[in-house]
Order: sequence, then structure tokens, then C-alpha cells
Amino acid sequence: MACLKQRNMGLSDQIAQYLVSGLSTGAIYALIGIGFAIIYNGTEIINFAQGEMVMLGGMFTLFGLDVLKLPLPVAILMAVTLTTLSGVLFERLTIRPLKSPTPLSLVIITIGGSILIRGIAMLVGGKDTHAIPAFSGSDPLSIGSATILPQHLWIFALTVIAIVLNKLFFQYSITGKAMRACAANRRAAGLVGIDVRRMVLFSFAISAGLGSLAGIIVAPLTMTSYDVGVMLGLKGFCAAIIGGLSGGLGTVLGGLLLGVLESLGAGLISSGYKDAIAFIILLLILFIRPQGLFSRAQTERV
Amino acid sequence: MKRLLLPIITFALLSIWAGSCLAASTIKIGALFSVTGPPSFLGEPERNSAKMVVDEINAKGGIKGKKLELVVYDTQGDATKAVQAANRLIKEDKVVAIIGPSTTGESMAVLSVAEKEGIPLISCAAGSKITDPVKKWVFKTAQNDGLAVTKIFEHLNKRKINKVAILTVSDGFGASGREQLKAHAAKFGIQIVVDDTYGPKDTDMTSQLTKIRGSQAQAIVCWGTNPGPAVIAKNVKQLGIKLPLYMSHGVSSKKFIDLAGDAAEGIILPSGRVIVADVLPASDKQKKSLVAFVKDYQKHYKAEGDHFGGHAWDAIMLLKGAIERGGDTPAAIRDQLEKTRGFAGIGGIFTYNTADHAGLAKDAFVLVQVRNKDWALVK
Repeated sequence: MACLKQRNMGLSDQIAQYLVSGLSTGAIYALIGIGFAIIYNGTEIINFAQGEMVMLGGMFTLFGLDVLKLPLPVAILMAVTLTTLSGVLFERLTIRPLKSPTPLSLVIITIGGSILIRGIAMLVGGKDTHAIPAFSGSDPLSIGSATILPQHLWIFALTVIAIVLNKLFFQYSITGKAMRACAANRRAAGLVGIDVRRMVLFSFAISAGLGSLAGIIVAPLTMTSYDVGVMLGLKGFCAAIIGGLSGGLGTVLGGLLLGVLESLGAGLISSGYKDAIAFIILLLILFIRPQGLFSRAQTERV
Repeated sequence: MKRLLLPIITFALLSIWAGSCLAASTIKIGALFSVTGPPSFLGEPERNSAKMVVDEINAKGGIKGKKLELVVYDTQGDATKAVQAANRLIKEDKVVAIIGPSTTGESMAVLSVAEKEGIPLISCAAGSKITDPVKKWVFKTAQNDGLAVTKIFEHLNKRKINKVAILTVSDGFGASGREQLKAHAAKFGIQIVVDDTYGPKDTDMTSQLTKIRGSQAQAIVCWGTNPGPAVIAKNVKQLGIKLPLYMSHGVSSKKFIDLAGDAAEGIILPSGRVIVADVLPASDKQKKSLVAFVKDYQKHYKAEGDHFGGHAWDAIMLLKGAIERGGDTPAAIRDQLEKTRGFAGIGGIFTYNTADHAGLAKDAFVLVQVRNKDWALVK
């Protein structure tokens, strides 16, 4: 009987589940998108290796758990540290040595870097997909007629913390302000005594750390492998573009919107169009509102 | 002129003798596997198994006193690269037979090369169109997808389930499975009420499953390779869906149970016998081959031998049988391959004939269920 009831659940219950699923996937995209935005705001570079930082977070955690047999919190701490170091190393070895950096050459370098990092991860860690245990069990929680996993709550919580810290850092700390100054005008920032190179390094470090944290926290849901960063990175990039690369609420809303549209699209139309939906939105935004859905056109930035 | 004749004839005879002597020292076999690229989960165990079995044959003195030499090229799952590599194997390496490629798409591209050049090809891919219609030089070792579908539908019939939802991955493997599921459904009186897909890299399938939950489906059949099906198993648990969940042979390795964890419990799927080798009855004709393969693979690669590797093992052993019975020229190998009868390999018991180059019956698959994080035979 219960089975029959379950089968006859109404469309509204289905839509509730689509929304909840969409929001939880969207939170993942948002978290990754913020990483893109931070680097962009600090350097005006779109770092396409951001997806690889997400992957490294998951893979290093796995290494800590399986090879070094560390407890989960220690493994996570180690993974975040190592990924942050990788981000710093990445900036030092690929971005900084460039003699005359143009946005285009920098973007191409980050793409090359991402392929390199993925290749190394494949050679060292193998091609298999690996599972990471959920932080607090995998018994689903119900929200009305929809269900959600405890891991999703971790994602929501981390996303909120990330935005708040991000906001505080960029608005109120000297380093944060200096980073914003670099983004607004590199030369002027240098003239007033800001160490521009150092700020670029900082933004890579912060976003690598954040990216790895995102990778670790989503790994119990998505599992992890050397190539998990490609799709997650692209979706995170979409989220950041929808949000106008704002580094704050805009990107989060962008991620959530993307997740919900994907989920509704897959559920109500066809799952074949799921990825197409994301990229159509991306193109539309770039054509119609390149400053993002939620921000006014920035006139102060020349 | 007459004085010259003898030295010329002697020289000619000598060079023929020397040539045949050089050729006689080894038998060259080509292999095309996607060791890297998306289908590396097929290509890597295939290459490992092929190397392992060739080393073993050579350690025991080779075939009729000749050593085997395996030339492996990585096709990266790319049909164009596979065709280039096949041409190279035939024209430069001068192999007498080719095993592989790993995927159906690559096999379909390579088989015309084998046909044109007259080199026997033993594909390790599952698509039934590789040997249907029969091509003179092309054989295959992987079980046809249709056999797996038949096995699932028979079980559904037994449970009196006639409305199913299918959820297939949008790549070659899933497309072939979807085709076979739809083609066989009517014959078993089964109605497909939801026909949905997911992307190979998707990380959340709750939308598709919610749709299925709201439908009339009495069971779910999912067709894909890791990691997608593991995500689906977890999503099914998250949504509290109680419908029986069937998977394809694409996930019949311990890896799937590792990935899906508790969510794997109770899932039923068709599989080659290799994952249940140790629990097979002693009367099973394949048991000897299976246990030997699993043990060897464990020894060489410290990993569990799976049925993908088994396809390559079978291909080499079939070649060995053919060369033992006949000669080591491509034509002789082809003729003898076709006369293979009742060879108990990893994928099943192979019997080729002029009308059948796939060689397996539906008993090549058994149904297994995940119980207590291990595989159990479904009676």
C-alpha cells in the first residue's frame, strides 16, 4: 500500500524534490564559483585550473585516508594545506615568470596548467574513481516530501561561511583591500606601495584552499577521480559568470539558479538537455548581461 | 650462365631458409587497447591480462616451440587512432593476428582494416553488431549486450514485473544497452514506462529518479559504468525508493561495491562468472580457467582480475588454441579459430562456427546480487 502511495505522488511533490536537489547541486557549483571569483577579483585572471584544485582537495584527502590512514579531520586539514601549497606553486611556476602578461596568455596558461595537474594526478593516483565516507552518515533527512543528505547541509554551511568570510576579508582587512585595489588598477596599486605580485599570490592561495575545501566536501556525494575537476570546474565557472564574478552573494545565487534549472530541466524536460541548459544560460548571460544577472553595470571600473 | 645457376639457386634457397628461420623464432600478435582515455577501465586490465598470459605461455616454452611477441598500442578510446594503429600493426609490425580494440566504436572502425588486409581480429568489445552480420576475419570475446538484457528480463518475468524504468548513460556503452533493452522488451512482455539518460560525468541523478518514482515503474534498470551507477545507487537510497534496482555487467567489479557502499546492497546484475569464481560449484566447466586467471592477476598486479581483463585473456587463449591446431599464418589462424569448440574461458564457453563469430550463449552470464558487501549468485 505504501508502495502504491509512493508511486502516485503528485507533481508538486516531484517539483519539491527537483528544487531541493537543484539547490543542493547548486550550492556545490556556488562554492566552486567563488574560487573563480576570488582570483578574478584579485588578478583579473579567469583561472581554469580552479577545477583541478577541487580535484586535488578530494584526491589528497583520499591519500590521507587510504595511504596514511589518518582520521578524517586530519586528512582534510592536510589536503587543504597541500592544495593551497599547490596553488602557490602553480602561481610561482606559471603565472609569475611571464614577462608580459596579457589576459589571453594567462588564461591559456591556466588551461595548460590544468591539463598538466590532471595528468600528474592520473599518473600518481591512477585512473580509478574513489569514494570518500560522508562526514556525518548517509541517512537521508526529509524536508516536507523531499529528501536531502546530511552532506548537503555541510555544503550549505560551508558556502555560507565562505561568503561571510570572503565579504569580511575583502571589505575590512588591509590585505583584502589591497587585493581589490590590484584588481581595480594594477599600476596605481603598485604606485601606492602595494606589492602586486604578493597579492596575486595570495588570491591564488585563497582560492586554491577554498577550491580544495569544496572538493573535499562534495567528494562523498560525487566521488573523486583525477578528472572530476573538469565538469565541476566548468559548472563553477558558469555560476561565477551568472553572478558577474562577484565573489559574494551574486555567484552563490548564480550557482543555485544553475542547479535548480538543471534539475528542473532534467526532471521535467529531458536529462539529455541538462548540460546544454547550463551552457545556454552561460552564453545568454555573456551576450545580454555580461556584468552578471545580479549586479548593476560597473561604471567605476574603467 | 650455367655456371651461375647453382650459386643463384643456392643463394635463393639460403635466403628463403634464413627468412623462414627468422620468422619462425617468434609469433607476433598485435593488441589495440584504450589503456588511457575514457574507456581505460577496459583497456588497462585488458592489456595487463594479455601481457600476463603471453608471458606465461612463453615461460612454458611458447607455442610449438615459438615464442609469442605482443605488440600493444594505446588507442585512447579514439576510433581514428585505433585504425592508424591497426594499419601500423599489419604493415610495419607484420603481426599475424590482432586482439582488441576495447570499445564497440573502435572495433567497428578497425574491422574493415582487418577484412581488407586479411588479418584475424578478435575484438574485446561487447556490441553485437561487431559480428552480426558475420565478417570473415572478425571474432569477439566479450559477451553481447543482448545476452545481459535477456538475463535481466528473464528475472523480471520470474518476479512478475512488467513495467520498468530504464536509466542509461549517454555514451557508447549506455546507448548500446538502451538499444538492446528496448529491442528485447516486447518479447518478454515488458513495458518501458520511463526511458531516461544521464551524462557520464554527472554527479547527481535525483531528478531522473524523482521522475521514475512518480511513474508506474515497478523496477529500475540502470546501464552504465563506474562511477555513475554508484551515484544512482546512493541517490535511490537518498530518495527512499524501494523499487528493485538492476544494473548492467558494466559495474561487475568490487570497485562498484566500494564506491556505492551500503547503497549497493540488494542490487542485482548480470555478470561474467569471474567475480563469483570462488563460489562456483566444482562441476562448473569454467571454474578452472577462472580461478587460475583470478589468482594470476592478483599475483602480477595486486588487483582483482575482472571480466574486462578476461576478454583479453580469452582472446590470447583462443589464438593459442588455433595456432596449436593449425599453423601461424593469418589464414590458418582464422580457419582454426572458426573451428573452436567448447573452449571454457573467462567470458564463457566459446564455440565459433561459420555462422557465429561471437561464440557465447546466454549462460555466459550469471545473475549476481550484492549481499554483505560481496557478490552472491542469484538462483
